Amino acid sequence: MSEGLYSMEAKDYDKTLDLTKIKPYGDTMNDGKMQLSFTLPVPCGAEAIEAAKLLLKKMGLENPSVVYYRELTPGFTFVNCYGSCTHTVDYSTIYVPKVESTTMDMYETDKYIKENIGRKIVIVGASTGTDAHTVGIDAIMNMKGYAGHYGLERYEMIEAYNLGSQVPNEEFIAKGIELHADALLVSQTVTQKDVHIHNMTNFIELMEAEGLRDKMICCCGGARITHELAKELGFDAGFGMNTYADDVASFVVQEMVKRGMK
Amino acid sequence: MESKLGLDFKKVEYARGLAKNIADDVQAFCEQYTTVAVERTLARLMGIDGVDESDVPLPNVVVDAIKDKGVLGEGILFFIANTMIQTGLNPQQIAEKVAKGELDITKVVTRDQKQIAATLQPVIDESLTRIRTRRARREHYLETIGEGPKPYLYIIVATGNIYEDVVQAQAGARQGADIIAVIRTTGQSLLDYVPYGATTEGFGGTFATQENFRIMRKALDEVGEEVGRYIRLCNYCSGLCMPEIAIMGAFEGLDVMLNDALYGILFRDINMQRTLIDQYMSRIINGFAGVIINTGEDNYLTTADAVEAAHTVLASDLINEQLAKIAGLPEEQMGLGHAFEMDPMLENGFLMELAQAQMTREIFPNAPLKYMPPTKFMTGNIFRGHIQDALFNIIGIWTHQGLQLLGMPTEAIHTPFMSDRYLSIENARYIFNNMKDIGEEMEFKEGGICRQRAHLVLDNTIKLLEELVKEGLFTALEKGIFGDVKRPKNGGKGLAGVTLKSENYLNPFVELMKGKK
Repeated sequence: MSEGLYSMEAKDYDKTLDLTKIKPYGDTMNDGKMQLSFTLPVPCGAEAIEAAKLLLKKMGLENPSVVYYRELTPGFTFVNCYGSCTHTVDYSTIYVPKVESTTMDMYETDKYIKENIGRKIVIVGASTGTDAHTVGIDAIMNMKGYAGHYGLERYEMIEAYNLGSQVPNEEFIAKGIELHADALLVSQTVTQKDVHIHNMTNFIELMEAEGLRDKMICCCGGARITHELAKELGFDAGFGMNTYADDVASFVVQEMVKRGMK
Repeated sequence: MESKLGLDFKKVEYARGLAKNIADDVQAFCEQYTTVAVERTLARLMGIDGVDESDVPLPNVVVDAIKDKGVLGEGILFFIANTMIQTGLNPQQIAEKVAKGELDITKVVTRDQKQIAATLQPVIDESLTRIRTRRARREHYLETIGEGPKPYLYIIVATGNIYEDVVQAQAGARQGADIIAVIRTTGQSLLDYVPYGATTEGFGGTFATQENFRIMRKALDEVGEEVGRYIRLCNYCSGLCMPEIAIMGAFEGLDVMLNDALYGILFRDINMQRTLIDQYMSRIINGFAGVIINTGEDNYLTTADAVEAAHTVLASDLINEQLAKIAGLPEEQMGLGHAFEMDPMLENGFLMELAQAQMTREIFPNAPLKYMPPTKFMTGNIFRGHIQDALFNIIGIWTHQGLQLLGMPTEAIHTPFMSDRYLSIENARYIFNNMKDIGEEMEFKEGGICRQRAHLVLDNTIKLLEELVKEGLFTALEKGIFGDVKRPKNGGKGLAGVTLKSENYLNPFVELMKGKK
């Protein structure tokens, strides 16, 4: 089944990098190598392997090879596969919206606030709706922070309020008003059946209905959140994987200055 | 037993004594009160089940009826018993009439205690027999088809649809899982009622209902017979319905229940008085039903730092142990929790985790410890994640953990795919077999990192417990000692459902079930 340790495939394709036509890289430019693993809802056997290969071909993968298969339970077969991608994309014309702020560390942000805003700013965060996960909002807000990035509670010039989890949007917004929040942080971890989309849409609608949308900066975050999604839903910014408290704080303070919020 | 870590067991006993003081203090408070959840549990023990026209569970209907009249403190049994005598109806018929607005159970002629006791006796006997029969069924399975070796492989299913959960659970059992936990839908812990019937919609989990318990129990018995191994079923006795879920589990043959005394307070913002009163009754039931409880100390380490807060885990384990003892729960059913949650980039982090797991094992030698996998530092790098889980599994077999909650390489991404579970079970079985007796072969170097770490955590635990004895648990929770989370004594959800017991109050089940089989 496997072709052995050394690939004997012909390598008669163009091996120079062309950014208008990129494809995956295994060990040779433009070899197109990809690894996939998935489960097919069929019993284990030669037909299952063939089905996996056909699927790879339909996905545009040449020389599909199923290197491992195993029946997980009767009627479900798990496969590990490799293949060479025939598709290319034009990297040179890609545009991805990003949070447009310079990331500063805690000390720089505190200094920036003192110099440009001249008072402590208030940031209120919560894991809202039915979401019970506090890992995300804690990583951003707790004193300790996450992976060496101090949380907002540690910032001298930020008054940070972490309301915890399962906070209804109405309650969250009411608390924001009560605390005179400059920015609200919505954390969403559970994304099954798009529950986070419904909840975040509802949040923005409530903010608009209350006439607060322009008075507070609205950010959202979570492992499955992107800035693009956040903008689409009407937030000012979205913070996904590999973003930390410094990214959030830097954005909020620079956006406040940009909008002339004092 | 001699400590492999050179632990001073006199210190351990001292720590235990401190935890006992703290627990006794809490219990003195709890005994004076009851809650709507406890009363609904008693209604269920009277055989009341089903829903009214608007899908409100009948246990809620009868308990709300007395609560609305301001007589919750008399307890539901008092009113049910008197109404039974007066009307000749059985508890279910009474509940149905209350639901239709045809009966006010608070307007009853009070009969004498003897007559009340005699009326309740047959109903009580029926419920206790029902639970004992379930327990005997489990024991029969364990004697005949047997069970997997420890650590039990514990996996979760969470599709939202109980019928889909069955497919996933049976697949998991065939791959080697010993315990199937059906994760609850997000938000259920905050419902002050337990939904009714089979459910097919949920977010991040499936509703805990008595019917869903029944469906899954049946499926696991089937697959257990097929694979020749009893498969345990786990659910969640937490939130606002702790004792109710416990009784439903006892009726339907659940084997393991998450049932922490403090978790709801810290992580679901449930009022601390409510949770502590509810946990007492739920643990009495779990003890009686032979259910292993799991405590949730692992959660502290998702909010606080795993290195700095290790002693809070041990302190909480000790308090959970004492509270469980007060509720008559045997040590063999105490699945005290701890976790492998240190930053993987930490130098010698593995050694500290190993030391702590060994320490926990030695301090609770009879408890089927529940060991939780890495979650906080799991990332989209599933390949590294699989290795993190492997290190966690090494400690599991090395230190003889009881319940190994298997980590998934895709922990940070989605609820597990069928293949994720397969990879995780394969990982654990490989390591558990390949390193089976490592714990007997290896010793910890005198004065080495592991011994020092264990001694430090124990010393810090004692300091914390001493502080807690001075302040009391309620004040400690207000100050944010566990998980860096602060909770006011009169804040949080569910306080309105707490009331002082009045003079007519009765709950004979405490005496009948506590510490018994």
